[in-house]
Amino acid sequence: MSPFLFWIFALLTLIFGAAVVINRNPVASALSLVMSFLGLAALFMSLNAYFIGIIQVLVYAGAVMVLFLFIIMLLDLRAEEGRQINWLASAAGLAVAIILLGQIFSVVRHFTIAHKAFPPLPGSTIDDVRNIGAALFGNYNLPFQIVGVLVLVATIGVVLLSKREPR
Amino acid sequence: MITLGDYLIVSGILFAIGFAGVMLRRNLIIILMSLELMLNAANLSLVAFSRFRVDSSGLPNYNAQVFVFFIITVAAAEVAVGLAIIVALYRTRRTTDVKNISSLKF
Repeated sequence: MSPFLFWIFALLTLIFGAAVVINRNPVASALSLVMSFLGLAALFMSLNAYFIGIIQVLVYAGAVMVLFLFIIMLLDLRAEEGRQINWLASAAGLAVAIILLGQIFSVVRHFTIAHKAFPPLPGSTIDDVRNIGAALFGNYNLPFQIVGVLVLVATIGVVLLSKREPR
Repeated sequence: MITLGDYLIVSGILFAIGFAGVMLRRNLIIILMSLELMLNAANLSLVAFSRFRVDSSGLPNYNAQVFVFFIITVAAAEVAVGLAIIVALYRTRRTTDVKNISSLKF
């Protein structure tokens, strides 16, 4: 992948990711999150992970974000306007995030293999759905079935949680 | 030339943005969205490492991609349960602001 495209999609992901946090209107935040996920899907595809990229678009940008927007509309949330900001708490939160960022930067800088380019890929990754499926049903069969149980539990839990309690 | 470190730095910045969102915002739904950003930052570095480790068969290491698949599945379940909890909370307390939900605060 050309460096130009990489930086375009990386900037798209990061700018819209920051917009999620900065926007005051929850609907605008949710739509920024969709754009951020689309940029991230493009980055996944640039790493030859086509299946993960498509799953990212379908599950995150599709299903999860529709769920978020649905709940925002259902609760009828307004933009937080005219609220006083607790500057001390905000500055402390931002400082912790910046310290974390500095630590990540220093770890990556001292990580020697991080300065190497990606090795060439001799095999064809065009059928990586088949390869991931083979790994999923071979080596990872038990975790896969446990995740199935987890999704079932989540479904039942959501139904129970959203049932109105009889008075 | 794009190195592994570039992807890791993008992933790190995205994680820090999500973390700042969790620390700074007070709306529960935005906090949940920032959590999703952090999960996706982890996914990005996993996929970058998967592409970096080319196996002897000439394919990327698929173990990391299977891991990402599991993370996406669990995150989808987590969002569903989290939003159901927020709706139940809104029904009883009429708010999604964490400042007004401090009964358990020490």
